[in-house]
Amino acid sequence: MSEAVKEPSMLLQKDMIAKNYDAITSKHETGHKVSSTFVPGNLNELLMCFDILNNLPEINAIQNGMRKLSGGYIMEAEKSGHSEDVCTYVKADIGMMGRGNIAPNGKPFPDPDVLLLSYTGCYTFMKWFELLRAEYKCPTLMLHVPYEGDGHSTKNMRDYVVKQLKEVIIPGLEQVSGVKFDIDRLREYLANSAKAEDDLVWCLDQGKRKPSPIDSYFGGVYYIGPIFTAFRGRQDAIDYYKALRLEIQARIDAGQGPMTPEGKSLDDQKYRLVVEGPPNWTSFREFWKMFYDEGAVVVASSYTKVGGMYDLGFRHDPNNPLESLADYCLGCYTNRNLPTRVDILTKYVEEYEADGILINSIKSCNSFSAGQLMIMKEVEKRTGKPGAFIETDLVDPRYFSAANVKNRLESYFQMIEQKRQGAHRAA
Amino acid sequence: MASTAEIIAACQTRFEDIDFKDARAWKAAQPGRKVVGFLPVYVPLEMIHAAGCLPLGIFGGGDQMEVIHGDAYYQSYICRIPRSTIELGVTNRLDFVDGMIFPFVCDVIRNLSGMWKLMFPNVWSKFFDTPQNFDPEIGGVYYQAELQELRQGLETLTGRAITDDDLRRSIALYNENRDLVRAVYALRAREPWKAATSDVYLLMRVGLTMPVEEHNQLLRDYMAAAAAEDRPKRDNVRIAIFGSFCEQPPLNLIKSIEMAGCYVVEDDYSLVNRFITEAIPTDGDPIAALSLAYLRKSVETSCKYVPKEEDKGVFHVERVRAVAAEGVIYATPSFCDPALLDRPMICARLSEAKIPYIAFKYAENSGQMQPIREQAGTFADSIKLWS
Ligand code: SF4
Ligand code: SF4
Repeated sequence: MSEAVKEPSMLLQKDMIAKNYDAITSKHETGHKVSSTFVPGNLNELLMCFDILNNLPEINAIQNGMRKLSGGYIMEAEKSGHSEDVCTYVKADIGMMGRGNIAPNGKPFPDPDVLLLSYTGCYTFMKWFELLRAEYKCPTLMLHVPYEGDGHSTKNMRDYVVKQLKEVIIPGLEQVSGVKFDIDRLREYLANSAKAEDDLVWCLDQGKRKPSPIDSYFGGVYYIGPIFTAFRGRQDAIDYYKALRLEIQARIDAGQGPMTPEGKSLDDQKYRLVVEGPPNWTSFREFWKMFYDEGAVVVASSYTKVGGMYDLGFRHDPNNPLESLADYCLGCYTNRNLPTRVDILTKYVEEYEADGILINSIKSCNSFSAGQLMIMKEVEKRTGKPGAFIETDLVDPRYFSAANVKNRLESYFQMIEQKRQGAHRAA
Repeated sequence: MASTAEIIAACQTRFEDIDFKDARAWKAAQPGRKVVGFLPVYVPLEMIHAAGCLPLGIFGGGDQMEVIHGDAYYQSYICRIPRSTIELGVTNRLDFVDGMIFPFVCDVIRNLSGMWKLMFPNVWSKFFDTPQNFDPEIGGVYYQAELQELRQGLETLTGRAITDDDLRRSIALYNENRDLVRAVYALRAREPWKAATSDVYLLMRVGLTMPVEEHNQLLRDYMAAAAAEDRPKRDNVRIAIFGSFCEQPPLNLIKSIEMAGCYVVEDDYSLVNRFITEAIPTDGDPIAALSLAYLRKSVETSCKYVPKEEDKGVFHVERVRAVAAEGVIYATPSFCDPALLDRPMICARLSEAKIPYIAFKYAENSGQMQPIREQAGTFADSIKLWS
């Protein structure tokens, strides 16, 4: 495949992420401390209060997936006793360590100074950091975020998270960094976050237009990059989302769809889809091509909500700093119970006027995948729109079968066509 | 006095009954009785008992049930227990169950709790999230409020209040149960030829489907019968089983390990009644007592975070030492995140402690016992050879 053409915002983001990797790998020169922490429920603003850099193992796994390195890393981890059945992000991470722990900029990752175990929405997180802790022997701070089993958070859950922030996480980060906590600094960062979040919501909301000027899955994973990683709370995230907004506005004005990696805009949009589940990273471009070749655009997705459901109204709030961090952690997509996930996806199909829901079920991710067949049936039942189910993996190339996925997608598009014709005939 | 064989035969009949006739009969015996199902690994059964309900342990459908509908709900790469539990539900085998508690163990059971809400909207169902912060002032405060919420949920279900005295009485009964359960395990560890693991397993599994008072009597009867019987001692090696706390292996697999020359002297099969390791105080605030027991006196298993690196796996090594096991079989359900993610860490600690181990995976409906028997047999032989 030729070199992918990128939208200007994608290039901007690439640059931001590269700079963060440079900051991480030069920690010994700059004296900065580095944390490892997870995307859902990440406490970037809080880490910033202690001048701690944020390294996200899921993002490293994604990078390694896209650069076709993860397959080797996973085998390495499996050779050393990690089960073939568990999350491939974990194995890509551990395998990378086994092979020198090299960052995407070619320099070795320094050992983290702290593992901030923001435990939101996924069981694997807990064990992943127990595994890393055994290697790094560094302080590990656990923030347990209870699951919204009844479909909402309670005062008890919120109080528990806040108390942990006050009594475990903040003192722990003070100790690691030697920096005293200043709540006003946190307020300032949270105010920055809210600004970027407003613009992100505007951008994702544009998927409701016809044609949609964005692809909310393949393009969406770029759009969420800064806010889900080391940039939320920073001026560069505000600037990024302003630039993204202008870029999308320009496409709206020109009546254009999102740009594909081949440099063309997808204006002739035959199918509008809602996608549930993370993407496959090892064949990301090939996967995306299967959609735009057929004129399919993703108008909304759940994956772009794993690091916060801003579209449902949540904003980080400088007036209630710790409470708003707690609410943020509690409200991430995978921390919501299954009936709520069905409600959200149904709402997306309806509000974004989609043709149906497509589920990309990830072999190694029980957090997302356990129950997805039922999610599909429920959303189909409630919307009257057909659903489809494909199975891939995140970063294990052994589980991406292009032919199978393509076949499934083609039959799905046919099904949508038939449904439309049926509707025409009935009308 | 009934013999152990008679007692175990009765247990096996109950164990194999996936229509739960006895639990249904319990419910039918008095109007207004309620049954509350629970999944692995830990639920404070005292609370369900104090509400006047029968706690009913649901460990999937085992290998007796053909899963037809359940497979339509789950991809091939998800363990068996949720699909066979769904099968039990959709085939109306649980239609007498008034409430379901899904405790925290992993994302599969967590998500199943939501599926249950959608599939069985008339059943009270609750995801029960235990704390991963073990400071009584932080995790404890949270947990006490969660226990109160559970209490209120049960009160609404039954329409009657659960008083502190009700709870204390239930705690006392379950303390007795824990004592007796420990005594059975101690008997097995001391004289494993007298209490086969398959016997102990059946005793414990059916215990989680009957009133605790009845189970206490059953355990007493079994121990008395075992003491009176003489069974030949074999030249078996002593092993511990870890990793089997949720989806259960088929009974034949449990037997196969023994037949391969292993005395199982420690295990974490259906861990529920051994989750709390000491008696819970019956004076003072019962909610605080239940909370503290979880925080301070519970086993290390994969559904709990281990706050300190140096403590990881120590529990397992200590248990092996305490029962003088000579090796460990780390036996996990296929696709079981908790057990499989923990496996390298636990096994590393076993290696450091020079405890030999093997690992294999099973499913609740595994049919082929030969490979397991061979693996366990080779392991037993190697222990005999090198010890
Ligand atoms: S199991 Fe899923 S949510 Fe959890 S770390 Fe892996 S990919 Fe992420
Ligand atoms: S067997 Fe393992 S993965 Fe399956 S539900 Fe139980 S704990 Fe979860």
